[in-house]
Amino acid sequence: MSLSNEQVGHLARLARIALSDAEIDATRVKLDGIFALIEQMQAVDTTGVEPMSHAQELPTRLREDTVIETDQREAFQRIAPQTESGLYLVPKVIE
Amino acid sequence: MIHASLAQLRRALDSRQISSVELATLFLDRIDALNPQLNAFISVDRAGALSAARAADERIAAGTAEALTGIPLAHKDLFCTEGVLTTCGSKMLANFVSPYDAHVVSLLKAAGAVSLGKTNMDEFAMGSSNESSYYGAVSNPWKTTHVSGGSSGGSAAAVAARLVPIATGTDTGGSVRQPAAFCGITGIKPTYGLVSRYGMIAYASSLDQGGAFGASAEDCALLLSAMTGFDPRDSTSLERAREDYAAALVAPDTGTKPLAGLRIGLPREFFAEGMADDVRAAVEAALEQYRALGATTVEVSLPNARLAIPAYYVIAPAECSSNMSRFDGARYGHRAAEYSDLADMYSRSRAEGLGAEVKRRILVGTYVLSHGYYDAYYLQAQRLRRLIAQDFQAALTQCDVIAGPTTPTTAWALGEMADDPVQMYLSDIYTIAVNLAGLPGLSQPCGFGADGLPVGLQLVGDYFSEARLLNTAHQLQHVTDWHTRRPATA
Repeated sequence: MSLSNEQVGHLARLARIALSDAEIDATRVKLDGIFALIEQMQAVDTTGVEPMSHAQELPTRLREDTVIETDQREAFQRIAPQTESGLYLVPKVIE
Repeated sequence: MIHASLAQLRRALDSRQISSVELATLFLDRIDALNPQLNAFISVDRAGALSAARAADERIAAGTAEALTGIPLAHKDLFCTEGVLTTCGSKMLANFVSPYDAHVVSLLKAAGAVSLGKTNMDEFAMGSSNESSYYGAVSNPWKTTHVSGGSSGGSAAAVAARLVPIATGTDTGGSVRQPAAFCGITGIKPTYGLVSRYGMIAYASSLDQGGAFGASAEDCALLLSAMTGFDPRDSTSLERAREDYAAALVAPDTGTKPLAGLRIGLPREFFAEGMADDVRAAVEAALEQYRALGATTVEVSLPNARLAIPAYYVIAPAECSSNMSRFDGARYGHRAAEYSDLADMYSRSRAEGLGAEVKRRILVGTYVLSHGYYDAYYLQAQRLRRLIAQDFQAALTQCDVIAGPTTPTTAWALGEMADDPVQMYLSDIYTIAVNLAGLPGLSQPCGFGADGLPVGLQLVGDYFSEARLLNTAHQLQHVTDWHTRRPATA
């Protein structure tokens, strides 16, 4: 398998990573190498094998529905790039 | 004091031969002197360390000291530390001061350990050489032109050069065991779920596991005992009683066969081609020592082990692409200075804040999880993961511990593989399968290669066999002195 520059550009847009044309070119070459490695998986017939998502296949733990967290807005927002009146500021989404 | 074991440091502190403040100062001064050539630390917290050391001295005076009270340590820079920078080796978090402590950090603080600072690492733990760190590569203390290994390279190099007696690390595909091997120290990754991941910045959540570095198995046992324990804040934390791994070590008794009855399995696939001759010689010599200690060796097979790397490079990037989406420039971390709209803010902040290897893994993960490819890649990798885990279970019916090299070669030169990610991925051939299965693994020094760089012997056991792995290493360390050798830099 080898990727086209268009595919790499599409992946970068999906992943929200800005890549220049030169970076797309360089990235594509590296990704082709990685996918050549990954393709080795396809040689194995895994019919009937149950996918293993986790090392300890335990049921999700439940807990009492009680408040365990305290309000730490100030501490959390102190490290934010931009805040105002307790809100995170980002560029306007709706005109 | 610099080269003392934790047990010796404990006695020195308890007998008032040295105070915790004096001990912390001794190691902080070493960091000042030696870190410029090694780059093992990203942040050094002298003020915080001395304040913790004063508190430890009060506890010792009050007679309430625990095993690690007053002992200096360092944390890999992906464990969140309240009030101290946590960069995860990335420009993205160059200004990130966590508002809370990771569970491991809280536990070690409560135990009275004295954190000297935060160690260098591959960016977001994605790498095997520590060269993907935004803060520069770590030099191997045995040969500063060579890599320390990764991703916990800073912790391993710091312990090897005795900038600190013990350090924490994390292991997703070998990131504790491989740098331990490259730097000639002992490192253990416990069973998945024993160490809480709360406050441990995530890379691949189903594989990430905290671990311990020390000069010896005994030092690792003391540190690991203080790091484990159920934490309701981590959904995969196991509800098990804590174990005292140090107490489980059997006092070596020369002249007996302390490992009589222990069956050591040697995977045929790990002793095949690919292992360097000098690594093979050191590993074979260690196995001979084990036979002299009473253990027997038996050939076992892990037929799907060769597929561990391709399966890992689907599963880990898939989980990474999800985990890394939290770095968006909105709530913390780097935000680009200029952008046109919200999507552009995300894209530029991530483009500027993340390094090349992290971006590659995010893109691979984005691809394998996308519509139409999910079954062929992600589910196929998870099916292989089960086959790999089953191989280990089958092998462990024939033996108690699996042994082999930790890495195919000793540490390589800085820059040697910088442009070839796949070549570097392949260097984790012996460690990655262990993470996929979720088993505990340990690396201990077993000699030196042709170039004077250390060789590591890996031990892998069944789930929750940490005490056995540590004791197996402890017995070898009683009859060999590899773990007491120190690099010239130290």
